[in-house]
Order: sequence, then C-alpha cells, then structure tokens
Amino acid sequence: MTSTAGVPPVSTDDTTAAKPRGRKLTGYWLILPGAVWLLLFFVIPFYSLVASSLFDPKGSVLTGYEMTWHVGNYVDAFNQYKGQLGRSLLYAGLATLTCLVVGYVLAYAIAFKAGRWKNLMLVLVIAPFFTSFLLRTLSWKLILADDGWVVGVAQAIHLTDVLNIIGLTTTDDRLLATPFAVIAGLTYNFLPFMVLPLYASLEKVDIRLIEAAGDLYASPMRGFFKVTFPLSLPGVVAGTLLTFIPAAGDYVNAQLLGSTNTKMIGNSIQSLFTTQGDYATAGALSVILMVIIVAAVMAYVRTAGTEELV
Amino acid sequence: MSQVHEGAAAPSGAHARGADGSRDLRLTGLTKEYATFTAVKSLDLVVPQGEFFALLGPSGCGKTTTLRMVAGLDTPTSGTIHLGDTEITFEKPYRRPVNTVFQNYALFPHLNIAKNVAFGLERRGIKNTRQQVADMLELVELTSQAHKKPTQMSGGQQQRVALARALINKPEVLLLDEPLGALDLKLRRGMQLELKRIQTEVGLTFVHVTHDQEEAMTMADTIAVMNQGVIEQMGAPSELYENPRTTFVANFLGQSNLIAGEIEGRDGDHVKVRVQGAVASVPGDRAHSDSGKGWLGIRPEKVLIAEAGTPIDAPGDVITGGYVTDVSFVGVSTQYSVMMPWGQELTVFEQNTGARSMLPVGTKVDISWRPEFAFLLDASQDAKAGIEDD
Ligand SMILES: Nc1ncnc2c1ncn2[C@@H]1O[C@H](COP(=O)(O)OP(=O)(O)O)[C@@H](O)[C@H]1O
Ligand SMILES: [Mg+2]
Repeated sequence: MTSTAGVPPVSTDDTTAAKPRGRKLTGYWLILPGAVWLLLFFVIPFYSLVASSLFDPKGSVLTGYEMTWHVGNYVDAFNQYKGQLGRSLLYAGLATLTCLVVGYVLAYAIAFKAGRWKNLMLVLVIAPFFTSFLLRTLSWKLILADDGWVVGVAQAIHLTDVLNIIGLTTTDDRLLATPFAVIAGLTYNFLPFMVLPLYASLEKVDIRLIEAAGDLYASPMRGFFKVTFPLSLPGVVAGTLLTFIPAAGDYVNAQLLGSTNTKMIGNSIQSLFTTQGDYATAGALSVILMVIIVAAVMAYVRTAGTEELV
Repeated sequence: MSQVHEGAAAPSGAHARGADGSRDLRLTGLTKEYATFTAVKSLDLVVPQGEFFALLGPSGCGKTTTLRMVAGLDTPTSGTIHLGDTEITFEKPYRRPVNTVFQNYALFPHLNIAKNVAFGLERRGIKNTRQQVADMLELVELTSQAHKKPTQMSGGQQQRVALARALINKPEVLLLDEPLGALDLKLRRGMQLELKRIQTEVGLTFVHVTHDQEEAMTMADTIAVMNQGVIEQMGAPSELYENPRTTFVANFLGQSNLIAGEIEGRDGDHVKVRVQGAVASVPGDRAHSDSGKGWLGIRPEKVLIAEAGTPIDAPGDVITGGYVTDVSFVGVSTQYSVMMPWGQELTVFEQNTGARSMLPVGTKVDISWRPEFAFLLDASQDAKAGIEDD
C-alpha cells in the first residue's frame, strides 16, 4: 500500500494503516544519522572527486578550474600512469601474499598453540599501533640502511643475490630504495590487518572437527587443507581485502623506502594534488584506482565463493 | 577388579574366537589421568572380533575418554591397546582401522552431506565413491538430503549422517559414542534395530557407548558396566541382569530390592543369610560374599505378593508383616511399594494375569521369592549406588 503514494487511504483502513506507518517512520529516524554521515563524508567528497576528474586539464591553482566534462582526462591519466598503476597492484598483491603466509602461520599459532600466551601474543600483534605509522616506516629506513647489519646478513646468506636475480632489488649490495624494501614495508605495516581476521576465523574452528578428520584417515596435513583451511576462508577473504585495498593506495612506504623507480599510484596522486595542482588528472587516477579495486574485489569474493563459507 | 578378567575370558559363546589370527580389541591396564582427576582407572577389557559390545555407565564415568584412547585422540597415561596382535596404543589416529561416531557428531560444516560421508573413503584414495555414498545414504534414509549442509538438518538427521560417515569405511572397530542420544523414542527404536542389523550383516566389531541400560540390553552381545573409571561387571545382558555382582550393577541395570542381612555361612551349594528374623538362602554362584554382613538382592518382578495369611503361589523364602503403601497400575503389570516391619520399602512388580484383583493401599501382605532368584552382595558397598535420581 505504500506504493500508492499520494492516494489518500481508504477511510475504513485509517486505524489499521496508522500503526505500520508510525513504525516505518521509526526506521527512517534510526538510519538518519548514518545517512547524514555518509552524505557528508562520502557522497559529497566522492561527488567532488568525480567532478574534479572532469575539469579542464589546463586549469591550475592560479587560473582556477573549469568544469568542461573532459572525459579525455581518464584516457590521458591511464596512459600516463599505467606503470604506477600496475606497480601498485603488483606490490600490493605481493605484500598481501606475504602477509597471508606469515599472518596465517602466526594466527594459527596464536589460535591453537599459544595456550596461556594467547592474549599476550594478540596484544603484541597490535602493539605497533601504539606508535605512529610514519615513525615506524621511517625506522625501517635505518634497519635496511646500506651499512646496516641487515644488508650484511642478507649478503652473507646470498639473499641479496637472489632478490637481485628475481628483480626485487636493483643491485646486489643494497635493500633500501628497491621494490623489495617497499613490499617489505607494506607487508610489515599491514600484517596486523591480516592476522586479526585470520585469528578470529581460526579461533572459531572446532578442534573436534580436526579430530574427526584425523579419525577419518586424514593426516594432519590433509586435515589442515580439507578442514581447517576451508573453515578459515572467511578470515582469509577478510584479511586479504583489509590488506590489499589500503596497500594498493598506499604512498608512504614507496616514498620513504623506495626510489623514483618504485613509485606507486598513491605517490602520483599525492604529488598531482598537493604539488602540481593537477586536480583533473589526480581525480581521474583516483577514480580509476577505485574502479579497478572494486572490480578486483568483486571478482575475488565471487571466486572465493562466500556461499561455500559455512 | 578381578571379576573383569573372569568376565573377559568368557564372552557370550558364539562370538568367542581363539587368540590366533583374530582381531579382538584388547585394552590392558588402560589408565587416563588428568591433572587432578583419574578418568579411567586400569581398565582391562577384551572385545571379541565381530561382537556388538556395549559400554554402559552413567554420565562422567569415563566412557568417552575410553573411546578416545581407542580412536587415538587421547594418549593413555599407562596401559596398552591391541587390535589382534598389533599394538596400537600410540598409533596415529589416521592410521588406525577404527572410526568413531562422535557424541557431538562433529560433521564438517563446509561440506554437504554426501561429501561428509565420502570423506573417509576419499582420504584413503578411493576414487569412485558415488555408489557407496548413495548406498550409505539410503541405509540411513537421507538420500534426498545428500546436497544439504549439516546445519540445515535436525539433530537426529545429523546423527544419522555421523553414523553413515563412519560406517562407510567398514573399519575393523566402529566406536559409537551415544550415537542415538538425540533421536526421539520412535526413531531411536528403529535405529537400534537398524544398527544391530547392520552390525550383524557387516560383521564389524561395534563398541557402543551408552548411558541407557535398555538400549545396551536390547542391542549388545556383551555389556561392560562402567562406573567412576572402572568396569564393575561384564557379561551377556541376561547374565548381568540376573546375577549382578555389585550394588551398582544391581541398581543401574533395572531395579533391585537390597535387604541388609547377616551371612551365616555356606550350606552345601547354598549360602544362608539371616534377614530380619527369617533365614533366606542364595545359590552359591549368586553369592558374591561369604561372611559378615551382606545385601540380599531380589528383583521386583521376582517377588511374589499376597494378602497376609493367604497362601502364596509357588512360594520360596517368605517374609511376613508388610503392608502396601503405594500401588501403580501400568497396564501389563502392577507396581507395589510394600513397607516392611523393619522400615524399608520394597518394590514388587506383579504381572496382570487377572488371577487376583489389585491389592489396595494399606493391605497387610506377605512376600516371598524363590531362592534361586536371589543374589548376595558384599555389604561394604552403598546400597543406593547406581540409582538414578532424575
Ligand atoms: N581434559 C580433561 N581434563 C580434566 N578432566 C576431564 C577431561 N576430559 C574429561 N574429564 C573428566 O573425566 C571424566 C570422564 O569423562 P568422559 O569420558 O567424557 O565421561 P562419559 O563419556 O562417560 O560421560 C569426567 O568426570 C570429566 O569431567
Ligand atoms: Mg561421553
């Protein structure tokens, strides 16, 4: 009956119609704060972002910007920055993968093996958040410095040679200012975002199911891949999304730990906005990055098959 | 407990096999201690190959712990487990030819029913599982549910999936931990018969854990009655029922009247007991105590009752001076509570043969029983052990 807006309700229905309508209004009141919030902090900025991506590219801070519906910005931005775009996705992907492997082992250990150390270990996982993101990343500069012991050890065990061969570093005597350093920084910074959802998922896995798998002829390894891992998939999906999405847009790690050859899309957007004043290209790049990530996430979630996840 | 060895050596006839080449399940001195608690105390047990064996005991007596040690999910503190001549005490669970129907089902929530059932076969590298799974699902009447997830099923259905998932592997020993606990009475009866039929058909060794004495009695070839981590008595259901060795067994399996008495000693193949002025006799093989104080036991349905002064049909040892305090009519029989002169209430079940009308409350009565049905237990035990107060 709500669809007949404007048509006055049939008089005999008056009393019965009044109640559901009152209840419906309560619902609207309840979503109002959230809706206002979204409008102020998402819809309006997003509108302004899309709008600036369509400005005349010749505009500058001095001359002002003109809305000319210049769709060509997207083509230009993509062509000019596809290197950085690809690099962002690659670095974020590699960092996510490393986080997944390292984080899974850690989360598994906390969930199943830590015993009474469980809470302490969880606190340690989030302990880095007690200092600033920027400071922590800067300190990696010292750790990976050319004359530091990390480089020394890496050289001694020929890790630097291996990294150089697979292209993660550019020379065989340094780690700083290489793709390796950027990926390592991303991995380090986003690891807690991987560990926490993984832990939450693994924690919920009923040990008795793992026992049942053992009873049904599954070795511990097979039991893991057939029971534990599938049951932890919600955590894997959540963790990889929470790591990949911010990592793909990150610019701090590339700026502090990388070189001009390791620039990620975040660095380009940041410099276009803040130093070059090219709002049009910056806006177009931001929208492109967003579209790519949304598309990738949708494809990923679909293949991970959420309906299979309990 | 010494009687365990005796019982173990003489299983119920037809299923007994020689030690040579047979695959009996043998538990020897099996003990499981937790930090502050001994769950299983030096258990000795032989389950002959192909037997339907029931482990019966109240909740918390150590049944699940025993099964978990056989399955390899818990490590015994001491003792050994053998399957035939192979020791499997420390064998990995996935290498044992043993499967479990878990008390809490433990179905894999991410797999549908068919995949749950196929799990064991697939892990052993068997490729074409379709037909076997279909057969198994038909057996437990879940064919139409094959593609559902466990969470979409009722408790009873889940239990049947758990059964199918274990049974499909045809293990040498199938461990069933209260597998029918969640079923309603009708389905439960049906599954009891079905389980028994399957066991007879496939000839596997079943170790069936239950706290339901009726279930154990109807299904098992041999019952081991377990209490507080030890086996109190083991034998065929009728043997346990007719000739219990402990007050716990006498009370946990059916009901018993236990009357305090003074043992006067052996007289030929009988033992004489003085009970409240009268002298009763108990056959020697049913007397589990020889001297001092004892509990004279008699099952309620073995007690005959008659109005004081009237002759009792086929009498044995007679005690006079009781009166009826409660009568309940349950169709096939009438259950009387009779207050005896020494202040103890005895229970009497009488078949409703129609020979005599019901005795009303307050009637003065005499009771009697045939000496061959009586049993005699050591008085050091609690006469109320094994009585379920719920
Ligand atoms: N991990 C454990 N730690 C301490 N006590 C336990 C543990 N597991 C079981 N128990 C105790 O052992 C006893 C036997 O348990 P269980 O074998 O599960 O009994 P049942 O299956 O006969 O009901 C119980 O009293 C239980 O509290
Ligand atoms: Mg149990």
